[in-house]
Parts: sequence; structure tokens; C-alpha cells
Amino acid sequence: MARELWEGNQAIAEAAVRIGLEAYFGYPITPQNEILEWLSRRMPELGRDFVQAEAELGAINMVYGAACTGARVMTSSSSPGISLMQEGLSYIAGTEIPTVLVNVMRGGPGLGNIAPSQGDYNQICKGGGHGDYHPIVLAPASVQEAVDLLPLAFDLAEKYRTIACLLLDGSIGQMMEPVELPPMREVKRREFPWATTGASGRQRHVLTSIYLEPNDEEQTNIRLLKRWQEVQEKEIRYKEYYLEDAEVIVVGFGTAGRVALSAVRAAREQGIKVGLFRPVTVAPYPYARVAELASQAKTLLVVEMNSGQMLEDVRLAVNGRTPIEFYGRMGGVVPFPDEILAEIQRVARETPEMVDDPVKVWLQRMEAVVKK
Amino acid sequence: MATMTPETLVYKRPLAFTDTPTHYCPGCTHGTAHRLVAEVLDEMNLVGRTIGVAPVGCAVFAYNYFQTDFVEAPHGRAPAMATGIKRCLPDRIVFTYQGDGDLASIGTGEIIHAAARGENITVIFINNANFGMTGGQMAPTTLPGQKTTSSPNGRDVELQGYPIRVAEMLATLDGAGYIVRRSLHNPTNIRKAKKAIRTAFETQVRGLGFSLVELLSTCPSNWNLTPVESLTWLEEHMLPYYPLGDFKVAPSITAAKI
Repeated sequence: MARELWEGNQAIAEAAVRIGLEAYFGYPITPQNEILEWLSRRMPELGRDFVQAEAELGAINMVYGAACTGARVMTSSSSPGISLMQEGLSYIAGTEIPTVLVNVMRGGPGLGNIAPSQGDYNQICKGGGHGDYHPIVLAPASVQEAVDLLPLAFDLAEKYRTIACLLLDGSIGQMMEPVELPPMREVKRREFPWATTGASGRQRHVLTSIYLEPNDEEQTNIRLLKRWQEVQEKEIRYKEYYLEDAEVIVVGFGTAGRVALSAVRAAREQGIKVGLFRPVTVAPYPYARVAELASQAKTLLVVEMNSGQMLEDVRLAVNGRTPIEFYGRMGGVVPFPDEILAEIQRVARETPEMVDDPVKVWLQRMEAVVKK
Repeated sequence: MATMTPETLVYKRPLAFTDTPTHYCPGCTHGTAHRLVAEVLDEMNLVGRTIGVAPVGCAVFAYNYFQTDFVEAPHGRAPAMATGIKRCLPDRIVFTYQGDGDLASIGTGEIIHAAARGENITVIFINNANFGMTGGQMAPTTLPGQKTTSSPNGRDVELQGYPIRVAEMLATLDGAGYIVRRSLHNPTNIRKAKKAIRTAFETQVRGLGFSLVELLSTCPSNWNLTPVESLTWLEEHMLPYYPLGDFKVAPSITAAKI
């Protein structure tokens, strides 16, 4: 297929259509409206289901119902809308049914703004809803990668009977890039052995997240945890750039990782031994690989568009063995490559030092950078 | 025509029911409502192609009693779940079974918009004027002056507002097809309730849109009354505030002569 110029949100929506999306339920929120709008036209013209719900609460519960039938179903939203969906997401996790969620993040907390942010890392990766569960979270850094990861999200959700989330920010959602979309596939309703489709000719199926007897709930928790351990074992994905001889290793996901790559390339041209590690699965997090890289590097520089939410996972992986520096922009501000280049240059120049709290020292340096 | 002898009139469990002892309190009319739904599913031969949606509340375990497939919704979200199921399986029969806390309090958004969209689903709505499962707190349907565990001095409309008449409210929506209120306080009304439930499911089978049957019900445990006193209390207090009747019957349903 030829490469075409597509807006991120529309590309994701069209890719979902082509890989067999059977039903979509959503609610308008910027900066992901183009997904909803695209599907409001495409789904009905293909005889598939589209409902604009009364709220995110309605949308996620329509998804919940549709997923119970075994249909390939998806919703999308942005940060405050995802907060509203967390109730349904927890129920979906507890019911062990596959669901794909696209979160096009924006600045927060609260109403925040509609600019690109990575402030939902914790809300998504750490399970923003109640109870013990773990969604699979894939973080693309380009429109093409978003389109490529979407089929994987569906496959993983269905394989592990879990939630798979495509986590991107408003810049990937709204930027136009050349992209190769997947070919149109025939829609096939899978017959899952658990689906509630009517009990004709078989024992009835009940899908629920209630286990009133604590021992039964604990067994469910154990089942979910074991499944998550299998995901951790088999499904970790990441990208590595210029790491062979890197003494400074930048760690960043999504757009922050992409901007950091430009900075890494510029620093390489200046002879600085720097590389980039970009997690693609931010849940499960590639702890083991980060730990390996930490033993190779003199310093790790974590770059994010939040106040250091993934930094916590890097610190967990590194466990104090290697100095970690942090550079973040928040509130919908996207860092320029030059800012990250300056950080790489500083880190490469200075003697690495163990600090108790990388966020604290970063915030002190930030006073000079941030416009008041 | 064969004469029916008394011996053949044996009370039987509907085929749509599982063999499960009830968890409902003595005298509670949930059991009656469940049975009416089961009888209608039997009579219409719908068990094999029906998916029920249970609420949060006393009927959270409704799925234990029916032979149909069932899902269990978050509190108030049953109409949204039912929407998702029905849209993906338009040839199946989908019903929700919800109490007044679930439907009239936390789930108002979901029920209003499901009705407004004209979702082709059936809703069985149990109005017993309180939150039964959590121990008898005030519900949106609690009557003015009615004492509950969270309105110990009686519902003061100046402070706690007025009850919501769900059937009348939903009947204002163009998308609603069949909206009626019935009561379960005596055999005559129970028979009328069953007829309405049958009409509601027939409405769905024929693709005629959103159907809801509100059933006035008793809650002896939380009303602190005996089962018989509860039936009298319903008749004397709930009927005047919640009149029985057909609040919306779309012309297409009338024309279908169900």
C-alpha cells in the first residue's frame, strides 16, 4: 500500500476500521474528536455500530456490553474523559473481557488544557480504576507507529482477555504524517467460549465482576496477576537508538522520546556518546532492560512531558546503581530538541552524581527555563 | 375442548428459571417480578436468545435465577451495557432489570439517553421507594415524609427535594416506545403487570423501540412492616403518588395489536 498523508486521529480511526472494528462508542473531547467524527461516517456506511454516548460513562459501559458479546470494540477519549471511564475500565478488567482504549492525552490536572501532555502515565499504567488489575499500555511516537500498534492492541486484548490502551498525546493525534495504513480486512465475529450471545444450545454464560465470597475474589485476583506475569514475560517491547557505546542514556516514551531522539542525533554529531531507550510498552514496563542499560551507562536522563511519572519506574529498575537525571515539561508544553540537547550536554560534561530526588534538582534548574 | 381438571393445574417453576433458592427477603415482590419476566420469556420462547443485564442493588444476583445469558452492570449503567449488547446482537433480546436507586438515582443519564435514542431494549424497573440492598436509605422515589435510614425524620421536600416519577418523565421523550407503570400489590395488578411485561418484550421482538415497565414493589424489611402490611402501605401511599397507567404507547405499538 502507498504511503499517504494522514492526521493521527483519523489514521487511527481508519486503521481500526480496516482491521475489523465492529463497534465504536465515544463522546467528544479535544484533542481526539477526529476519531469519533471519522467513525461516525465510516462505521454506519459499512453497516457497523457507532453510538455517540451521552457521556464517557455511557460510552465505556456500551463498550463493556459490546465486549461481552465478543465483538471487536473500541473507544477513545482524552485525559478527563478517561478519568470518567475508569469505573467501567475496572469492571471490564474484573470481568476479564477484551477492550481497546485510545487515550489522546492533554494537559491537566482538572480541565487543564487541550495541549499535548503525558500526564496520564500513572492513571493508565497504574490502573486508574479501583482494585488490582493491569492494562497493557502501548505508547507510539509517530502516526505510523500508532497505526502499527493498534492491531497489536486488539490482539493482546483478545489473547489475554484484558484492556489494551494506545497511549499517545495530542500532538501525535493531530499531526499529519505520511503513513501506510493496513489493508481492509473482512470483519469476522469471533466466537469466544465466554461471550454472552444467547444460551441457545449451550449452558448459559454469565459475565460479572462480583465475587462476594472473598476467597473467590482472591482467586480472581490471583488469576489476573498470573495473566499479568505472563504478559510481563512475553509482551515487552521497546526501541533502542545509538546505545552500543552510549555513556549517557536518555529514556523517554511517545512524543518525549521522539523529541529526545532529535536531540540525541544532534549530540552524536558533537561526538557525545549518548543513546535513546524508548519503551513501547509502558505497561508492562521493560524493567529488566533498563536495569541492564543502567549498568552500562554513566548516567540515565529521563525525559517526559509530565512531572516524572515514568521516572518512578526507571528508578525502580535502576535501584540506585546509576545516577538518574530528569528533564520534564508539563501542562501541555512540549520540549524543544534544543532543551534536551542542552541537558544531554550538561549531563555528559558533569561528573555523574547520585541524588536522592532527581525531580527536586530538575525543578531547581527549571526556574531558569520556564517562562513565568 | 378438553376440560382442565384441578390436578393438571400444578404450580411449576418457569423453564426460564434456574433451580436456585431465593435470596430476597420474605414478602419482597422482586420474586414476583422475576417470575413474571420468566413466564413471559417462556411463553414467547425467548430464553435461548435473551441476554439479561443485572443492576447493582437487591437484584444484583438476578442472573442466578434466569436460564438466559446474563451480564452484571456497574451501578446505574445497565441501559448503556444493554445498548452495547443490542447494537452488536440486534437479533437477540436484551433486557435490564433495575431498581430505583440504580435507575432513578445514579443511572438517570443512562436511562434517559437509552430511551431518547429509542434503543430497542426492555427495562424492568422496580420502584420500592428506597435503597433496599444498602439498608433502606432514601431514594429519589422515596415519598414526601417517608422515613428511611437516611431521612430519619421523614423526607423533607424543602431539603431533599421531590420524588421522581420515572415513567412520566421518560414518556416525554420521542424515542420512547412503550412506557407504563403497574403494581405488584395484589393478584389483579400482578396479572396486569405480566401483560405489560409481555407487551414490552413484544415491542422489542417487533423492533418497535424502547420499552419500560415500572413496577411498584414492596420492601418489608426496610419499611419495617410485615409483608401484608407492606402491600397495604404500597396501595395507600405509593398509588396516589405514582398513578398506574400507560404513559407512552407509540402508535406503531398500538397498531401491532399485541
